[in-house]
Amino acid sequence: MTQATIRIPTPLRTFTNGASQLQVEASTVREALQAAGAEHEELLARILDDAGELRTFVNLFVGSKNISQLEGLDTPVAKDDVLSILPAVAGGIR
Amino acid sequence: MSSKKNARLEELKGRVPEVTPEEALALVEKGAILVDVREPDEVAQGSPEGALRIVRGFLELRIEEAVEDTDATVLTLCAGGVRSLFAADDLLRLGFTDVRSIVGGFGGWKADGLPFEVPQVLNDEQRERYGRHLLMPEIGEEGQMKLQDSKVLLLGAGGLGSPAALYLAAAGVGTLGIVDDDVVDRSNLQRQILHTDRRVGDPKVESARDTLNALNPAVKIVTYQVRLTAENVDEILPGYDVVLDGSDNFPTRYLVNDACVKHGIPNVHGSIFRFEGQVSVFWPGGETADGSAGPCYRCVYPTPPPPELAPSCAEAGVLGVLPGLVGTLEALETIKLLLGLKRSLVGRLLAFDALEVRFDEFELVRNPDCPACGDGVTIEEYTSYEESCGI
Repeated sequence: MTQATIRIPTPLRTFTNGASQLQVEASTVREALQAAGAEHEELLARILDDAGELRTFVNLFVGSKNISQLEGLDTPVAKDDVLSILPAVAGGIR
Repeated sequence: MSSKKNARLEELKGRVPEVTPEEALALVEKGAILVDVREPDEVAQGSPEGALRIVRGFLELRIEEAVEDTDATVLTLCAGGVRSLFAADDLLRLGFTDVRSIVGGFGGWKADGLPFEVPQVLNDEQRERYGRHLLMPEIGEEGQMKLQDSKVLLLGAGGLGSPAALYLAAAGVGTLGIVDDDVVDRSNLQRQILHTDRRVGDPKVESARDTLNALNPAVKIVTYQVRLTAENVDEILPGYDVVLDGSDNFPTRYLVNDACVKHGIPNVHGSIFRFEGQVSVFWPGGETADGSAGPCYRCVYPTPPPPELAPSCAEAGVLGVLPGLVGTLEALETIKLLLGLKRSLVGRLLAFDALEVRFDEFELVRNPDCPACGDGVTIEEYTSYEESCGI
């Protein structure tokens, strides 16, 4: 287990009481999300589907790399890694 | 005075090799570089095909950007063969080793019946307007002409489309198509800087056209006062060089993506939410930094969120200046694509957090199994989605 940071994009901050980042203890991306979900249940539901897989309109990155190019949710998390969540955003605001 | 000039010319003729126009053409066919050093108004009357055109006053400053190999054979050409001697001497002094002046200049070239073209050139008004572009070697007259010949389709004349359209018109992009079915509302004016208070109630495309033509009357504005649909997209998109997506809802985003993939058009994407923005270029026909094909929007986000998981309308505020920034980045990427400047945001997504003032870059990768741009996939018909809140 190591400490990692999860960055929370604005659309999901509603589910983290406004926090822009969370510190979690985890050794994989999945564990990091579960640790975040333990405190913010609704957050997890926006990222993972009922089967526990990543939703198709959300991307997760460790540093600048998409976990889909690594080991998916089993991608290991190293000390001080930053996990970024990138949801699809439609907005152009006309 | 003239005797000094003549003496100098004699000295140059004795030192600088000269070739006839026919010999010059034969050398060009073997790879020599012909540099036409005449003034723009002279070049406008005609210039040898494929010639490099650098006015003599800028010759030493610009030649190395165009000709890296100082051992290349360089042929200088003017109107009659005098200024080209001076130009050739300048290049020899600069360190070029094989420079020759063309006897008789362009007059002789034409008289010998050798091939020439009448290049498109900028007029005085354009030269003045785009002067700051012309000074940049990455743009110059050639790049400015490219912009003038380019067509960009803007989806939305709203928060993102406003700054993008203003900068593209200012830059001299020749044709701007604008798709928007909406009318100007006072609540738009906090961020949609194409429109003004007097135009509240007017169609946005008309308001946009008036503003853009006031800025640059030479830009052709094509208006489409419609909502982009699966039925009209194939009539509107073809013929445009770049699509700039400033739309505000998922059904349009996916339609734009799929249509851009189908027609092979780069899709410059920008989206915003409150204090955050995303910018990328989705273009399977483009190259990422490592030379692989770029992803499309669907490679990254295969399907949109269902309405119940999309942000609600009540959350859909935005700081007015944020779309200004993101739309401007879209204009920047568009101009780079039109000019062929590296390195574009193909295969990269730039995320901006205005509160923390952070730019983060994420790698995006094409999905070979993508339902839109995947291997062997051809788009027969477009998928429709239920509209969630138009944020």
